[in-house]
Amino acid sequence: MVGASLAGLSAARSLRKQGYDGRLVVIGDELHRPYDRPPLSKEFLAGTVGEAELALEADGEDLRAEWLLGSRATGLGRADRAVRLADGREVRADGVVIATGAAARTLPGSEGLAGVHALRTLDDARALRDELARGGRLVVIGGGFIGAEVASTAYALGLEVTVVEVAATPLAGPLGEAMGGVVSALHADHGVRLLCGVAVKGLSGETRVDAVLLEDGRSIPADIVVVGVGARPCVEWLEGSGVLLDNGVKCGADGRTSLAGVVAVGDCANWYDPRAGAHRRVEHWTGARERPDAAVAALLAGGAVEPGVPRPPYFWSDQYGVKIQFAGHAAGADSVTVEEGAAGDRNVLAVYRRAGQPVAVLGMNQPRLFTRWRKQLGAPL
Amino acid sequence: MIPACRLADLPRGEALRLDIDPPVSVFHTDDGEIFAIDDTCTHQDASLADGWLEGCEVECPLHASKFDLRTGAVDAPPAKLPVRTHEVLVEDGMIYVRVSTQAPNLPPCVAARLAGGPA
Repeated sequence: MVGASLAGLSAARSLRKQGYDGRLVVIGDELHRPYDRPPLSKEFLAGTVGEAELALEADGEDLRAEWLLGSRATGLGRADRAVRLADGREVRADGVVIATGAAARTLPGSEGLAGVHALRTLDDARALRDELARGGRLVVIGGGFIGAEVASTAYALGLEVTVVEVAATPLAGPLGEAMGGVVSALHADHGVRLLCGVAVKGLSGETRVDAVLLEDGRSIPADIVVVGVGARPCVEWLEGSGVLLDNGVKCGADGRTSLAGVVAVGDCANWYDPRAGAHRRVEHWTGARERPDAAVAALLAGGAVEPGVPRPPYFWSDQYGVKIQFAGHAAGADSVTVEEGAAGDRNVLAVYRRAGQPVAVLGMNQPRLFTRWRKQLGAPL
Repeated sequence: MIPACRLADLPRGEALRLDIDPPVSVFHTDDGEIFAIDDTCTHQDASLADGWLEGCEVECPLHASKFDLRTGAVDAPPAKLPVRTHEVLVEDGMIYVRVSTQAPNLPPCVAARLAGGPA
C-alpha cells in the first residue's frame, strides 16, 4: 500500500476482509496514522473537533500491517514491483496498491511568505487554525469547495473574508453554471465578499503577506491568505515505472493499471467510468472509501473478475450551515430542474438530465430526497 | 414495548423514524425483515431513516458511514461507534419496538446539546 490515507487504509481493510493473510506494508509520506480530511476545512478548523476525533482507525483495530510512516515513495521497479523510498530502503511486493493521493496546487511566487496557506494535510490545518484564531482579514484565492468551506468557517469565527475566483461563476465545473451560482451565492448571503472573473496577479508583502494583487489592478488587503486552487495527483514517483500516467494513474474500471499486480485508488487514480464512457479522476472521499474494494478484488484475482459498475460519484460540503450534496456528473447534462424547494431559499433539490435521463442530483439541506435520487442514479444500467 | 406503525404502512425498502428521545428508526428490508436501531448517526447529526438501505445495511445520508442493522456495528467509516439495536416484535399486523436500556452513542454535537451545552 503506497499511501496511508483513506484510500490506502480502505485498501488494507479490503485485503484483510477479502481473505488476504500475507504480509502487508503500508507506506505513508505523512507521519500521521490515517485521518479524516473533510473536517480539516470545517469542524477541525473551527476548533469544534480535535485531532483524536479525526482518526480513521477504530480503537483496537489491528490490520496486522507494518506501517512505514514519514516515508516518501520515490520509485517503482517495473520488473520486481519494488517500491523505493526516499531514505534508500526498498519494499518488494507481489502486489502494489497506489494510493498516493493529490497535493494542493500552489501559487507561484508565494513560497516562503508568512500568512499564506494551502489546506490539504493535518499539518496545514493546524497552522491555518492557529492563524484564524487570531482573527483579521482573510482572502481566499479560489471559490471551489475547499475555498468556500474555509471562507464559511472563517466567517463563523468572525474574520472579514473575501473570496477571489478567476471563473465567472464558482463551482461551475462540478455543479454547472446555474447551480454553481446558487451555491456560491451563500457567500453574499452572509456578507462575505465574492469577486469573480478576475485573476490573481500576485501577493504583496516583505516577510508576511499584506495584500492580494489582482490582474485588474485592485489590491485586497489581507492578514491571511488561503490558496485553494485545486490539487494535482501525486504520481511523479511513478515516472519510468511502466505504469501508464494520464491525469494521474490511468486505470480500468476495476482500478488495474497498465502494470500487472499494480492497482491504483483514490485521488491519484483516473478510473474508467462505464457510466460516463470515459476516464474520470474523482477526488471524493466516497471514491477513496469504496473503490479499493473493487481494486483489491481485481488484485487478488489477478484480473479474472468482471468489474462491477461503480456507484455514481458522491460528495458533500457544509457551508454556512447548509448541507450541500451532489452525486453524478454535471458535465453531460442538458437541463437542470428544481424538483423540490427553491433555489432562493437555499433549500433545494435539483436534478440534472441528459436527453431526459437523470445524470446528476444536487441537494441543499435535502438529505432524505437527495439520498433517494442518489440511489436511483446508482441503479443498474 | 412501544407501537411503531402497522406493518402494512411500512413497505419493503422503507424506514420510519420514531420521534422519541433519542429517536429510533425502524427499517423494513427488501428481504422482508424488520430491524430497529438508533436513528442518529454516531458520527454527526443525521437521520439514518433518511439513509440508503441496502440488504441489512444502512448508509448514513450525509457522510456514507454504514451500519449493520442486525448488530448496529459500523461497516464503513467515518463513524467509529456502533448504534444501539432495539428488539422488534410484529403482532397482529402491528410493529412494536422495545427500546434498548444501554446508553446510546450519540455524536458529539448532539450529546452536547442534550447536556445543555453549546451545539
